[in-house]
Amino acid sequence: MADTAKPKGGTARSSTTKRRTRKDTTGLGNEKPETLLDYYRQMLFIRRFEERTGQAYTQARIGGYCHLNLGEEATVVGLMTALQERDYLFTNYRDHGYAIGKGMDPKRVMAELYGRVDGVAKGWGGSMHMYDTETRMLGGYGIVGGQLPLATGAALAVTYRGGDEVVMCQMGDGTTNIGAWHESLNIAKLWNLPVVFVVINNFTGMGTTVDMSSAEPDLYKRGAAFRIEGERVDGRDVLAVRDTATRLVERAREEQTPFLLEAWSYRQKGHSVVDPAKYRTDEQRDKARSDENDPIVIFDAQLAKAGILTDELRDEIAASVKAEVTEAADFAENSPHPDPSTLFDYTYATPVPNESRRMPADPVFAE
Amino acid sequence: MSEIHMPRLSDTMEEGVISTWVKKVGDKVSSGDVLVEIETDKAVMEYEAYEDGYLVKQTASEGDTVAIGEVIGIIGDSPDAVPEESGGSDAPAAEEKAAEPEERAESEEEPAEATSSAPAEPTAPAGDADGPRPRTSPLARRLAKEYGLDITKVQGSGPKGRIVRADIEAAAKDGYAAQDVPAAEEKAAPSAPTKAPAAQSFDDGRDSEELKTSNVRKVIARRLTESKQTVPHFYLRRAIDAEALKAFRAQINEQLSSTGVKISFNDLIVKACATALKLHPAVNTSWVEDKLIQHHRVNVGVAVAVDAGLVVPVLHDTDKATLSEISTRTRDLAGKARDNKLKPQEMSGGTFSVSNLGMFGVDSFSAVINPPEAAILAVGAMRPEPTVVDGEVQVRNRISLELSVDHRAVDGAVGAAFLKDLAEILEEPMRIIL
Amino acid sequence: MSVITYRQALRDTLRAEMVRDENVLVIGEEIGVFEGSYKITEGLLKEFGPRRVKDTPIAEEGFVGAAVGAAMLGLRPVVELMTINFSLIAIDQIINHAAKIYGMFGGQTSVPLVIRTPGGGGQQLGATHSQNIELFYSFIPGLKVMAPSTPAEASSMLRAAIRDDDPVLFLENLGLYNSKGEVPDDYAEPENDNAATIGRAAVTREGSDITLIGYSRMAMVANQVAEKLAKEDDISVEVVDLRSLRPLDRQTFVDSVKKTGSAVICEDDWLTYGIGAEIAASIQEGAFDYLDAPVRRVAMAEVPMPYAKPLETAALPSIESISTVIKETLSAVGKRVG
Repeated sequence: MADTAKPKGGTARSSTTKRRTRKDTTGLGNEKPETLLDYYRQMLFIRRFEERTGQAYTQARIGGYCHLNLGEEATVVGLMTALQERDYLFTNYRDHGYAIGKGMDPKRVMAELYGRVDGVAKGWGGSMHMYDTETRMLGGYGIVGGQLPLATGAALAVTYRGGDEVVMCQMGDGTTNIGAWHESLNIAKLWNLPVVFVVINNFTGMGTTVDMSSAEPDLYKRGAAFRIEGERVDGRDVLAVRDTATRLVERAREEQTPFLLEAWSYRQKGHSVVDPAKYRTDEQRDKARSDENDPIVIFDAQLAKAGILTDELRDEIAASVKAEVTEAADFAENSPHPDPSTLFDYTYATPVPNESRRMPADPVFAE
Repeated sequence: MSEIHMPRLSDTMEEGVISTWVKKVGDKVSSGDVLVEIETDKAVMEYEAYEDGYLVKQTASEGDTVAIGEVIGIIGDSPDAVPEESGGSDAPAAEEKAAEPEERAESEEEPAEATSSAPAEPTAPAGDADGPRPRTSPLARRLAKEYGLDITKVQGSGPKGRIVRADIEAAAKDGYAAQDVPAAEEKAAPSAPTKAPAAQSFDDGRDSEELKTSNVRKVIARRLTESKQTVPHFYLRRAIDAEALKAFRAQINEQLSSTGVKISFNDLIVKACATALKLHPAVNTSWVEDKLIQHHRVNVGVAVAVDAGLVVPVLHDTDKATLSEISTRTRDLAGKARDNKLKPQEMSGGTFSVSNLGMFGVDSFSAVINPPEAAILAVGAMRPEPTVVDGEVQVRNRISLELSVDHRAVDGAVGAAFLKDLAEILEEPMRIIL
Repeated sequence: MSVITYRQALRDTLRAEMVRDENVLVIGEEIGVFEGSYKITEGLLKEFGPRRVKDTPIAEEGFVGAAVGAAMLGLRPVVELMTINFSLIAIDQIINHAAKIYGMFGGQTSVPLVIRTPGGGGQQLGATHSQNIELFYSFIPGLKVMAPSTPAEASSMLRAAIRDDDPVLFLENLGLYNSKGEVPDDYAEPENDNAATIGRAAVTREGSDITLIGYSRMAMVANQVAEKLAKEDDISVEVVDLRSLRPLDRQTFVDSVKKTGSAVICEDDWLTYGIGAEIAASIQEGAFDYLDAPVRRVAMAEVPMPYAKPLETAALPSIESISTVIKETLSAVGKRVG
C-alpha cells in the first residue's frame, strides 16, 4: 500500500521542471532565523489549535464533521507563505490551518467552529466552511472537487479584468478522480488561467489508498493530459513546499497558465476527529505518527541543530502558542450563539417579494 | 484534579459504552496516552488524555452505557489523590434513577391504561353516532354556516351526492324559506323570531340569521315550483346525426375567422329552434289562465348558470337574427348574467327555451319548462355512436335532444312534428339559415 | 408596441445588458462561433468578441462552476445550458455551490449568476432530452427560478435576472422560442430599466368560473384554453401565470381561487411530487373554505418520454385534456354554462 511505500520521483516531466537543490547540510540555507522561527511558530500554532479543536469536539463544543490538519502543518505554512495577500485561496473541508495561514484571526476561526456570531461566517459555515472576503480565503468546501470549478472561475474573473492575482486551489488526493478535476484542469489550460492546483497527498482518501483509487498514482503527472506542468514536493518540509509553491505561483502569474503541485505528508490521525482509522495496519499507523514523519519534530530538530531553536526559546514559543490557542477557545466559548431571529438574513442577497420566512410549524398563510 | 467526561466520538453519537479501561486506577497518565476505549454507535474508539497526572478513579465500569458529558473517571495530581464525593457518585446514581421508571412502568402499565381510557368514551362527540357525514365541499360548508343552514338537510348534486355551493344557494332560498313559515306561526318560543328553525339542529349551536335572497333567486324558485306543480309536462326524445352540423359549423367558423366571431353548437341549435318554431307556430304559444295565447314573435331563451342561480336571458326575434348576431348577443347576455347586470326586459318575453348541458358530458336530461312558455329543449353531449347508415354500421357523432312540452298548450303529435322538423333542420344545417 | 418572437426578446435583451454592463459575459456550449443551439446568442460573438462570449468545452459541471466562481468575484455571467436536461451534469455546482455560497459563508459574497436553459417536451427528442426538471431547482432556498411565458416577460424578466445579485435559474421553453407577442418599443435599449419583479405571479386573464394555473409554455396554453372555452362553451376561465417558481407567489393564485371556487393546474412536468403538487397544497391551505371542488392537475403521463409522435402526444397535456378537466370540475359544482 502506498501508505508504507516511499513516494517516488520529483518531477512530472524532467525536461521542463527543476528539482529543488539542498544548499547545505541543515537544509536551512541562508534563511533568516526570525523567518524560520516564524514558520516554526505557525506550524506549532496549527498543531495546538487542531488538538484543541479535537478536544472541543469530543466535549461537544463543536458539532458536525471535523477534519484536522495534524501532520500537514509544514505543507499549510509553506503554501500560505507562497501566496501574496492579494492572491485567492480555495480549499476543501480540511481548512482550519489554511484559514489561519491566509490571515484569518484564529479567535474567529475557533468561534466559527463553535458556531458563534463572532465566527468568520457568523456561525453559518462551521468546520468545513471557513471564508473571509478580506483575506481572500474564498472558502472551504465540503463536496469533494466542488472548489475546483469555482477556483477556475475566480481565475477567469481575474484575467477578465486584467488583474495579476493568482488563485490557489487546494484539494486531497482522492479529488483527482472526480469529474470536476478533469473538467476544471482542461478549462484552466484552455483559457490560460492563473490557477495553481495543489493536491495534498496523504496517501488515503478517507480509508481508500491512492493505489486503490488512482490508475496513475503519481498524482503530479495527472496534469499531463491537459499539458499542465506538475511537480511533487515533500510536504513534511516547510521550506521545500514554500519554494516549490512560490515558483509555481509566480510562474502562473507571469505566464498566465495553470500549474499542478503535489505535496505529500502523513495524516497522523483518522479522516476526521471521529475516525478511529482501524483500516490502517499498526505499522502504517506508527509510521504516520512517527517522529521521523512529523513535520514539527523534523523542523524542530533542524532548527535546534542549527542553533536557532534553543530549549529556552522552544518553551517560550510553546507557552505563547498555548496561551493564544487558549485565548481563541475562550473567545469562542464566550461569543454569543446566533439568535434564531437572524435565520432568514442570508438566504438572498437581493430581497424580492414572497421570500419565505416560515418557521417549521408556521402556516403557509398567516391568519 | 479533573474529571474525564464521556466524549463525543461520532457525529451521531449520543451515548457511549465503556469498552476497555486501558489505564487502571493509579496508573500514570500523560497527555496523548490512550485512557479508555469507547464503543460509539459506529466503532470502538480510543480516547486519549488531554493532560498529565494519575487516573485516581473510574466512575464508570467496562460495559456501562454513559451519556456524552457524564463523568467516567478522575485524573489527579498524585496516584492516591482522593476525589471529591460528588464527582464519584454521579454516574451510578444516574444509573439507578434511570432504572426506576422502567420498573414502575411495567408494574403499573395495566391499571394506568384502564383508568385513562375509561372516561374517554362518554366524551366522544355525539355527532359521530349520527351516521356518516354527507359529502360536502369546503365552500358549501362555509356558505351553509353563513346562511345558517343545516347542511345535513341539503340534497347534494355533485359527484356521489357531494353538496356544493349551488346546492346551498338553492337550499338557502327554497328550504330555508319553506321552513321559516311554520316557525314564525308557532311563535311558541319567546326567543328571537328572526331565528330560523334550521339553526336549532346545528351541531355547534351557533345562531343563524335570515339571508337576503336576490330577486333572481325568488323568481327561479317561484316559477320552477309553479311549473312543476301546475304544468303537465310530457317528454319527447330524439337523437340527431351531428356530422353535417359539425362540418357546417367548421365551415362557417372558417369563413368568420377574420371577424373574431365563433359560432358554437348551441348558437346553431338556438337558431334551428327559431326556424322550426316558425314552421310550427302551435308550439310558440302559452297557456295562461285557461286561455291559449299565440305569440307572433319568436323569442328563444338560453339557460345560463350564474352565482345567484339559473337565469334565462332571452334572444328576442331569434328567427330574424343572423347566426353571428345570435352568437354575439348570447355571449353578451351570458356575460351580463354572470355580472348580474341583466335588465328585466332581457329576461322576459321568452316564448321557448334551450338548456344545454352537453359540455358537461350529460347524455340527455329532462328540463323543467320555464312558464309561461310551452316547451323547452334539453340538449345533451355530442358523442360518437355506432349508427346504421345505408345498411352499414358506422360510427357517427350524435346529439340527444329532449323536448319538455306543456300538454295544456301542445298535444303530443304537434310536439312530435316540431321535434321532427327541428331534427331534420339540424341534420341538414343549411336549412338553419335558409 | 412591436410584435416579436420570444427568441428575439431574449437575444436583444441579453445584448442590451451586455452593452449596459461590462461585467456581463455569456458562457456556454456552442454560443459563440455556432451562435447558440437555439440562436439566442446570435451575433454576440461578432459584436463583443471572445472575452465576453465564451465558448466552452462540453463540461457543464466545469463551466457552470467556473461561472459561479467568476460571479463570486463580481462578474455577472449569463450561462446557457443547451437544455435543462444537461443541468443534471452541473447540479452539484448549482445546488451545492451557487445556491449555498451566500448563506453558508454568512452573507459575505453573493453569486450574481443567471443560468438560462430551455425545458419542454413535444419535440420528439426522446427520454433524456424532453424532461422538465425545474422542480429540482425550485426546491432549493438560495436559488431563484423564473419562467417567462411571453416575449414581453422574457425581456423584462431576463433583465431582472441579470441585475439580481442571486443565482437565477431562468427557464425557457423550446415550444415558446417561436411564439410571438407584443413588447414595448424600447425593450432592446440598454437604458431600459423595465425589469420584472422576481417573486410575483400575474393574473393574465380575468374570469369567474374557474382558476387555471400554469407557467412557461403551459401559461401560454392556459390562455389558449381560456380563449377556446370562452368562445365555444361560455366558460369564464381566470388564468394565473406563476412566472416565478421561487419565490412562489401563493397569494395571487389563492386570491383567484377564493374568487372562482375551483382550480385546475396544468404543468409540463410529471404529476407526482411536481410543481402542481405544491400549488394544490397551497390552495388547500390558503383557500380551504372557498373550494367547491377538488383541485385537479393536468400533467405529463408518468413515463420516460417516448420518441414516437403518437406516444409523445398522448403523454403530454393538451388544450383538449385541460378543457376536459375544466369541464369536469365545473360539472362537479353544478355550473351550467351556455
